[in-house]
Amino acid sequence: MSLRLSQNTIILNTSPSIASYASIVGKKEGEGPLGKHFDLVNDDNTFGESTWEKSESRLQKDTVSKAISKANLVPSDIDFIFAGDLLNQCIGTTFGLRELEIPFIGLYGACSTMAESIAMGGIFIDNDVAINVAAVTSSHFCSAEKQFRFPLEYGGQRTPTSQWTATASGAVVINKKNAPPFIRAVTIGKIMDLGVVDVNNMGAAMAPAAHYTIGQHLADTGKRPEDFDLILTGDLGQVGSELLIDLLNRDGIDITENHNDCGLMLYDLDEQDVHAGGSGCGCSASVLCGYILDQVKDGILSDVLFVATGALMSPTSVDQGESIPGIAHAIHISNKSE
Amino acid sequence: MAVDKMEYDKMLKKASPNSKAYINIPMAFIIGGLICVLGQFLMTSYEKMGISTYFSGTVTSITLIFLSALLTGLNLYDNIAKHGGAGTLVPITGFANAVVAPALEFKAEGLILGLGAKLFTIAGPVIVYGVTASVIYGLIIYIFKLV
Amino acid sequence: MEILMEYGKAFLIGGIICAIGQVLIDYTKLSPARILVLFVVLGVVLSGIGWYQPLVDFAGAGATVPLSGFGHMLAKGVREAVTEDGLIGAFTGGLTATSAGIAAAIVFGLVVALIFKPGDKS
Repeated sequence: MSLRLSQNTIILNTSPSIASYASIVGKKEGEGPLGKHFDLVNDDNTFGESTWEKSESRLQKDTVSKAISKANLVPSDIDFIFAGDLLNQCIGTTFGLRELEIPFIGLYGACSTMAESIAMGGIFIDNDVAINVAAVTSSHFCSAEKQFRFPLEYGGQRTPTSQWTATASGAVVINKKNAPPFIRAVTIGKIMDLGVVDVNNMGAAMAPAAHYTIGQHLADTGKRPEDFDLILTGDLGQVGSELLIDLLNRDGIDITENHNDCGLMLYDLDEQDVHAGGSGCGCSASVLCGYILDQVKDGILSDVLFVATGALMSPTSVDQGESIPGIAHAIHISNKSE
Repeated sequence: MAVDKMEYDKMLKKASPNSKAYINIPMAFIIGGLICVLGQFLMTSYEKMGISTYFSGTVTSITLIFLSALLTGLNLYDNIAKHGGAGTLVPITGFANAVVAPALEFKAEGLILGLGAKLFTIAGPVIVYGVTASVIYGLIIYIFKLV
Repeated sequence: MEILMEYGKAFLIGGIICAIGQVLIDYTKLSPARILVLFVVLGVVLSGIGWYQPLVDFAGAGATVPLSGFGHMLAKGVREAVTEDGLIGAFTGGLTATSAGIAAAIVFGLVVALIFKPGDKS
């Protein structure tokens, strides 16, 4: 059973296993440094569908189906699915998962959704209210641009602090298989807002949330940064990563040695014209499910603190001049069950 | 140690790279200038073809709008604009791009509420405030008998 | 030679107007839509106080092709219509003078949107 350690942190005493995981990405992501690690790279970003929204739904459905089949299961074996995406009312998810007929809990945590859904799934398994659960999220560059910024054909210039929404999806199946990677603990963050209004500087808007959640996880568990082989933030990009390290330094916490950011790993920042890095739910989801979990499974990485970050604004709130609230949730993923 | 908004704003400014104005401004100058040269070339050519000076400007505008719409449809205008910045935004071609791009993108939501309604999402304010300013100007010159 | 001068002047003035727009993008928080509105309204104002016509006379397309030229057209149309028709001209002049451009943008926008497919970006 789970142990509530503090207001934020829950220890999953039975250490649920990530039984399988899958990742599917688009063309640009496939051309990035992690290209060969993903289950599938689709060169056609429409994924054979007629609208960008349907493309994203298809992407998410294919990814979760892949994860389920890799666990040698079928959709009816899954007791609950935790999922979300960036589109209004999470239509990427609902239309994608409609046909799978799995009891569904929709989540909105913007780009923090992968950590949010793994946290929920892990707690369900840890407390024996389910045998198998799935967690999935996705983002699609084209559907996100259309909703949050400008039509794709519009000639706008991106600023140096802007980030590139990944066309990517990642999914996991969690159960008590008793094999690594294990989910050991989760820290649920709170909404943090330090008044960033620039919608082209999401990393800066989310860094305070990552700072809070990492600090809280370390304080609650009594761990130090060096207890982790990797502290992996979601999509802070260049600007947000720098700010996070700076914020933690002020608390006397130094993560420079073992920090990395999915937004910096997914693309080649010098060659791929993504400015400050990648973003989107699929960014951290695909890096985790395509690259990191393999390494934890094989023991190359022993302990990873996965901290997916989300920016909780909407086009309406931005137009109304509101600042951008951030959120971050941390998952301790380990090669060892205790 | 808690950081307040003021202090974070300072940190943020330090961490955020600035736009490369030393590249962007000359690029805007060159590309914007070239679009105007194309306009001048069209205008001169139309006059040579016997179109009156009064209409040659109008025909030039229509031609530029057509070219921009076509380049937008071919997904080329946004690639030029990536480098051109204001050089592709400020000329009439930028206005046309701002009309065509949402029309094309929102076609998926239907011809009426998608294409038709979203056509002026970006460019609409230009007409709203341009026309309003001109009406105010007209009222001023009428009331104060400036013409 | 004269034609080269014409092109040179169009390039210079058109380029400068666009460069001003880029300065606004890079150094202020103004979004592209706001900058376009600003240019059109400024065009109306500058034309109204009589500063824009000399620029058009000097630079030709260099002054008419940027959106400030659209503002100038609006103001010029209103000025002529008020002279001819009085008060009603304040309402008819602007859109009459710019009708070709607006109609072209609408029609070409519609046609292109119908023919082409939304594209991906990389």
